[in-house]
Amino acid sequence: MKMLKSTLAVISAATVLGVSSMAHAGATLDAIQKKGFVQCGVSDGLPGFSVPDASGKILGIDADVCRAVAAAVFGDATKVKFSQLNAKERFTALQSGEIDILSRNTTWTSSRDAGMGLMFTGVTYYDGVGFLANKKLGVKSAKELDGATICIQAGTTTELNVSDYFRANNLKYTPITFDTSDESAKSLESGRCDVLTSDKSQLYAQRSKLASPGDYVVLPETISKEPLGPVVRKGDEDWFSIVRWTLFAMLNAEEAGVTSKNVVELSTTTKNPDVARLLGADGEYGKDLKLPKDWVVQIVKQVGNYGEVFEKNLGKGTPLAIDRGLNALWTNGGIQYAPPVR
Amino acid sequence: MQKPIGAPKKGFSLSDPRVRGWVFQVITIAAVVALGWFLFDNTQTNLQHRGITSGFGFLDRSAGFGIAQHLIDYTESDTYARVFVIGLLNTLLVTVIGLVLATLLGFILGVARLSSNWMINKLATVYVETFRNIPPLLQILFWYFAVFLNLPGPRAAHGLFDMFYFSSRGLNMPAAIPAAGAWPFVIAVVVAIVAIVLMSRWATKRFEETGVPFHKFWAGLALLIVIPALSALLFGPPVHWEFAELKGFNFVGGWVLIPELLALTLALTIYTAAFIAEIVRSGIKSVSHGQTEAARSLGLRNGPTLRKVIIPQALRVIIPPLTSQYLNLAKNSSLAAGIGYPEMVSLFAGTVLNQTGQAIEVIAITMSVYLVISISISLLMNWYNKRIALIER
Repeated sequence: MKMLKSTLAVISAATVLGVSSMAHAGATLDAIQKKGFVQCGVSDGLPGFSVPDASGKILGIDADVCRAVAAAVFGDATKVKFSQLNAKERFTALQSGEIDILSRNTTWTSSRDAGMGLMFTGVTYYDGVGFLANKKLGVKSAKELDGATICIQAGTTTELNVSDYFRANNLKYTPITFDTSDESAKSLESGRCDVLTSDKSQLYAQRSKLASPGDYVVLPETISKEPLGPVVRKGDEDWFSIVRWTLFAMLNAEEAGVTSKNVVELSTTTKNPDVARLLGADGEYGKDLKLPKDWVVQIVKQVGNYGEVFEKNLGKGTPLAIDRGLNALWTNGGIQYAPPVR
Repeated sequence: MQKPIGAPKKGFSLSDPRVRGWVFQVITIAAVVALGWFLFDNTQTNLQHRGITSGFGFLDRSAGFGIAQHLIDYTESDTYARVFVIGLLNTLLVTVIGLVLATLLGFILGVARLSSNWMINKLATVYVETFRNIPPLLQILFWYFAVFLNLPGPRAAHGLFDMFYFSSRGLNMPAAIPAAGAWPFVIAVVVAIVAIVLMSRWATKRFEETGVPFHKFWAGLALLIVIPALSALLFGPPVHWEFAELKGFNFVGGWVLIPELLALTLALTIYTAAFIAEIVRSGIKSVSHGQTEAARSLGLRNGPTLRKVIIPQALRVIIPPLTSQYLNLAKNSSLAAGIGYPEMVSLFAGTVLNQTGQAIEVIAITMSVYLVISISISLLMNWYNKRIALIER
């Protein structure tokens, strides 16, 4: 089925590219406003990032970024439709126009940013590749993994980074690749592979899905840089700016102390000039982006600022319990830093 | 003088059906070519405009990822072109093994279904009905997830003579490393095969001329064993065995058949054999019963009747649908992507496609390769069909 979908995505990409006329800047935003919703590509089930709940609603930080974009454009965070994609079909779905924005824990690399007709708009989550091992193996560090069998998801930067790490440290390994993260997790549980490797956030998410999470430990090493962020098509600067500044708005809101609880009140009563500019009380910064004046108010009111979204999906109250770490604001020891709205 | 009706008129006239015929053919060809050129040109322009790289230059880039099973040497710094070849070899491996095993099993089952022994008959029927009706992907997933992955881990593997280990990491066996006597052994095998062919031709000729039978099979087997054995005695053993040992996480040394390969081959063999059984059964039934009666009246028993009278005639009915089943098996091998077996679709049209983003080129190459494999199988089977075709009077 997934093969069928990815083949269909490629064939439709070929057909669309074959018969469509040349795209021009602004086409995506116009099309979205005409159809009335944002088509968002997410993963096929990664807790914390994009996973369907019992009623089929997609929860997660990637999904919330898409909802924030919808809130900015339409003033309504529910005007989003989600497409669940595996690692192989995600880029062709975006290239062919099947989705408008790919928010699917995708690593920002030069080849993806330059050679595929796509552009990354920012970093939702700074991550790195790690290893999830069964405690029974008695392994304390990744350097002890010589000769291990490793489960990897096919077609990801993880495959390349793991291979580089093992070569650099003169270690041998056998890779077993799967299409979906669920299949890799199942193989880890059955013992087909000794170790599961992926972005560390995914490892925490996968561990929470296993039958006995306490039996597995995430090894301390982080072997690569994996900045995960949303992606849009090249040649569409208006849409690119909107998606980019949506994320920056969420970061700026957290930095300024604007939360979903106080945003409406602050938008009318604030005396802080930064907050006033951010919330549209002062200046026409929304218009520059072709967005309504209260775009940040809608984002924060309906979805939340970056900190709230992080806590809700990945924070202490969730089974994942991931530390802010690198993803804290620059004022709190992390590296999340947004340019100012002015 | 009256011109006969339908005679070609002089000159170019559209009312002449022959002229009309080829005018329309030319127009159609021109339209198809124009459409093809338009699609190609438009695709190129759009790809360029959107900044998506195109062209086949990516095949020279270094791959950078590991592969679980590679029949030729491979390191992570090899090119994508080499990855393609490895995927192709893995696909062909599964296809060839699957074809051979499925044909054998299918023929046995087909004949079993016609047996007068009630038990054998019913068992074969149950087999065919069960495995024909379950989708192949489900069968592959069953064998892989429910059977092979549930075997004990390498540290608790079942060992046979301390040489063969069966675990969830696959079937580990001693590796045959060519030693001093390797080349003489190979030459000896070739000599033995030539000897067998010559002996068999001589025996057939003598049988046709004088009717004196000859045990071709046993003589051939003896030749195949004695000649290479002589070479091993004279020049030394052809291989020395490297045994698999459990070290740390895994078995080190020796050869391993990964469970993905075993599950895929097993599932495809069992699935395709069910179809081949029915084809064989229909082929045998298509031979008129008069042939069996005539053979009986000549004193031939069941075995020779089947082998020398029925099956040669049944083959004409069996070969065309058998070709289709072979093509199905070759294409069903692409279902391996579901269990992570590194064959062409999962390696090339999966990982490489995702790493380079050049979907159109990669899928075009993959489709062409499958087309070539399928056409080769068809051509081979058609040639065989022509060769054994009955010359009817």
